[in-house]
Amino acid sequence: MIQIHYFASIREQLEKDKEQISLPDGVASIDELISHLQTTDPKFNAVINTNNKVLVAVNQTVVDRSYKLSENDEIAFFPPMTGG
Amino acid sequence: MISVQADDFDIAHEYELIRKRAGDAGAIVTFTGLVREVYDHGETESEKIQSLFLEHYPGMTEKSLQSIVDTANEKWSLLDTRVIHRVGALNPNDQIVFVGTASAHRQNAFDAARFIMDFLKSEAPFWKRQATESGVEWIESRQSDADAIDTWKDS
Repeated sequence: MIQIHYFASIREQLEKDKEQISLPDGVASIDELISHLQTTDPKFNAVINTNNKVLVAVNQTVVDRSYKLSENDEIAFFPPMTGG
Repeated sequence: MISVQADDFDIAHEYELIRKRAGDAGAIVTFTGLVREVYDHGETESEKIQSLFLEHYPGMTEKSLQSIVDTANEKWSLLDTRVIHRVGALNPNDQIVFVGTASAHRQNAFDAARFIMDFLKSEAPFWKRQATESGVEWIESRQSDADAIDTWKDS
């Protein structure tokens, strides 16, 4: 299983803050996970298509989209940070 | 020391604590960020902010702040650092962020405080949502904040 968290505008667009899914067959990287979610969830597809930039963290560190996923990873999708 | 909290903070109190922890410091720099009344959209019309909401990613927030502070410690041999960032509902003029750095000489404390703030803005997972008369919207990140990070690339 992998945990997926969503934050800020992306959380609102998806109307959910997290979900737990089995790592789907053939999904080994963040890129592949994004493609998988785009085909299974129209709202996620809209998030990818309407946001200029979607950042991804794995186990609470920002990674690039070629990052290889492992079982039990905590993944998060969010817009660029605006703290301070 | 790092705190992510809903509560306000007292600068005088934080300064005294830094002074005690820092031992033989020659300089303490403190920075306080406030919620502005008018957010500059970079467009012609700017509206008065009625309230601000700060969301964050519990766990990653503390981890990323600690990593920024650790880097600053390595670069400038600081005697103490303090970061406080507020989350939740805030109003115009409220204090939102505090950074304090102590070092033997002033230049290290100044540089480290600016470094911590610059990286905090772009790398710590906080997101601001503002309410104005025309509604509620998420604030978008600024190019100037990304540019601020770039100024550190060669140092």
